[in-house]
Amino acid sequence: MSERVSTVESSTGSSSLAPAEQKAVKTGSPKPVTFASALNTALADAMEADEKVVIFGEDVGKLGGVFRVTSGLQERFGNQRCFNTPLAEAGIAGLAVGMAARGYRPVIEMQFDGFTFPAFEQIISHIAKYRTRTEGMVKMPITIRIPSFAGVGAVEHHSESPETYFVHTAGLKVVVPATPSDAYSLLREAIATDDPVVFLEPKRRYWAKETLELPVRKEPIGTAVVRRRGEDVTVLAYGPMVGVAMEAADMASKPEAGDSPISIEVIDLRSLTPLDMDTVVASVRRTGRCVVVHEAARTLGMGSELAAAVTERCFFHMQAPVLRATGFDTPQPPPRMEDAWLPDAERVLDKVDLVMDWAGRGSSEVTGLDAAETAGEGES
Amino acid sequence: MLGSLDHRSSLGEFELVQVLDSQGRETGRHPEATDLCRDELIRLYRLMVVTRALDVEFVNLQRQGQLALYPSSLGQEAVQVGTASVLRDIDWVAPGYREHGVLLTRGVDPMGTGVLWRGMWHGGRGLVQQRVLPVAIPIATQCLHGVGVAHAAAMDGTDEVVATYFGDGATSEGDFHEAMNIAAVLEAPVVFVCENNGWAISVPVSDQTRAPSMAHKAVGYGMPGLRVDGNDVLACRAVMASAVERARRHEGPTLIEAVTYRRGPHTTNDDPSRYRTKAEEDRWVQLDPLSRYTAWMRSKGVLTDEVEDEVAHVAATACAKLRADLIEAKDSDPLALFDHMYETQDAILAGQRLELASELAANLTGGQA
Repeated sequence: MSERVSTVESSTGSSSLAPAEQKAVKTGSPKPVTFASALNTALADAMEADEKVVIFGEDVGKLGGVFRVTSGLQERFGNQRCFNTPLAEAGIAGLAVGMAARGYRPVIEMQFDGFTFPAFEQIISHIAKYRTRTEGMVKMPITIRIPSFAGVGAVEHHSESPETYFVHTAGLKVVVPATPSDAYSLLREAIATDDPVVFLEPKRRYWAKETLELPVRKEPIGTAVVRRRGEDVTVLAYGPMVGVAMEAADMASKPEAGDSPISIEVIDLRSLTPLDMDTVVASVRRTGRCVVVHEAARTLGMGSELAAAVTERCFFHMQAPVLRATGFDTPQPPPRMEDAWLPDAERVLDKVDLVMDWAGRGSSEVTGLDAAETAGEGES
Repeated sequence: MLGSLDHRSSLGEFELVQVLDSQGRETGRHPEATDLCRDELIRLYRLMVVTRALDVEFVNLQRQGQLALYPSSLGQEAVQVGTASVLRDIDWVAPGYREHGVLLTRGVDPMGTGVLWRGMWHGGRGLVQQRVLPVAIPIATQCLHGVGVAHAAAMDGTDEVVATYFGDGATSEGDFHEAMNIAAVLEAPVVFVCENNGWAISVPVSDQTRAPSMAHKAVGYGMPGLRVDGNDVLACRAVMASAVERARRHEGPTLIEAVTYRRGPHTTNDDPSRYRTKAEEDRWVQLDPLSRYTAWMRSKGVLTDEVEDEVAHVAATACAKLRADLIEAKDSDPLALFDHMYETQDAILAGQRLELASELAANLTGGQA
């Protein structure tokens, strides 16, 4: 199991808007590679390996995409295999259905999370269902790349967390890398599988660096990874929140004078469909406590499913209910409210403190419901 | 205020291409469209007759409780058979759900959609083998799939052509517009066949668009638009042939508007008497595509009593076979729902499959006890 423990390096914090242009790395010797350039190399290597891999979307050609993840690909592979489409997300997804049905392996880019929704019908009603509807005769080897989540100070519709919509849809795989090596490895696998994959790229990780040698192959899609070993609480995270969970674990291990250290185990889920519950369950049975972290709104977010599934399989091992450190059930905030809204290490640690000392606590401390009721009575 | 601007919203009328008038007399405007060999003329007749007979059979089966639902294609046989008849085996079709004549022309067994309407399996069966994409029920979504297949085929350097079929209501959907635009930009070898049958469930085409015709919509995308009498099988065939040829030469897409009429209800669940008049329906009975073509075939001496009897026999046999196949069809194992989703089944899905399998086994045991 120890080979599954790997670390997440923190973001360099660079303000460049073109992370992949920090040089598409040549494969070979270990060197610092950004998340975005790892994706770029993965795309290039996939195109090199299979001539049926085609890339299309808005601005993916000469510009190389707004995050430059497709930088240089049109120049290298020609404008047949990497092409701009008209500005039409449903069109991009629907075009991918037809091309997949006729033997291609489309890798399509939705420019931002919030602009994926026009393509929703094509993804839900066709891409996800086609294989079942044709009894396996027509496969949909489509990778839908979506720059996702918040934390980069973007204006509205550029910071959404759409994962639950896709996880709730049968027939899709949903993959969320958190590290440059996973970005490369999981994208190669996403393109290679005959199943449709919604590939959510955490924008705030685009500039994160890791020293690695490409090509790199990590654990396959459907495998969670323990990023940090711990004994007291299991913290489940994915994508942008893995770094936050690691920071919380680090802080908990070095408490202020007078407090006892808490040993947090951090699991990076890596793929939400399929979900590696075995790794999660093994950990929670050992620690007896579980906190789920995600940016997405709480209600029916991944935390809801994880809480239910963990409870079903770990009930007698648990010292406390599964708690959730998440965004709130509000619209995604404007960037100047983002810091207050997004889960950070402090919010994670608040939940960790609660599950560490659960006995005798009421639900009000978790949900705020009692407090809200009291406030309502006071006003009347 | 600019007083001198020309506020024109119309480009004038598009010719409604007609080879035979409503009585089956040649209009003389497109004489070359009648220049087909006897076998082909009879094939068109046979396909139209069998399409209609199967349609009646499907409706009866639904009324007898054998089908969950059925959308009749009564009255649209000419556009469906005429356009599909020019496609080769290597060409493709991206259909909606009312294209029974197209599918028959492609050689899809009627049971292919029978399993869908009976509620046995989604999307239909045996369509893809004939290069027909699964039946698309969400309106206009198939137009984009057609463009994708066409673009892929062109990238492979083939001369395959795709025909995508949809109704007048579909022209209001975003996917239609995105498909038209992308097809034009990519110069994809695709023919858009709009079966303007006058009604989108209860909404008449006059409430669907202010465009003077559906064919006009092509202009905005920079592609040719053609308008054809959809109840004239020879005109439909000729117009389609020119659009397909153009696509095959990689000159880009074409939009065809075939003016026809949905003689039946939207589906077996619908009641047209709530929104349209009997007089209107009667008017379109007079414009019947099959009787028009039959009259012309008779006048040419191509259709004899012998051929008519033979085709009637083919139709009756097809209907009997459909009925027998449908009623005898064995329902799929519900566990099959799990078996085609992914390359490999993950643990969670496998667990749920086992859960359903146990329930089914328990029910079986319970039933026998």
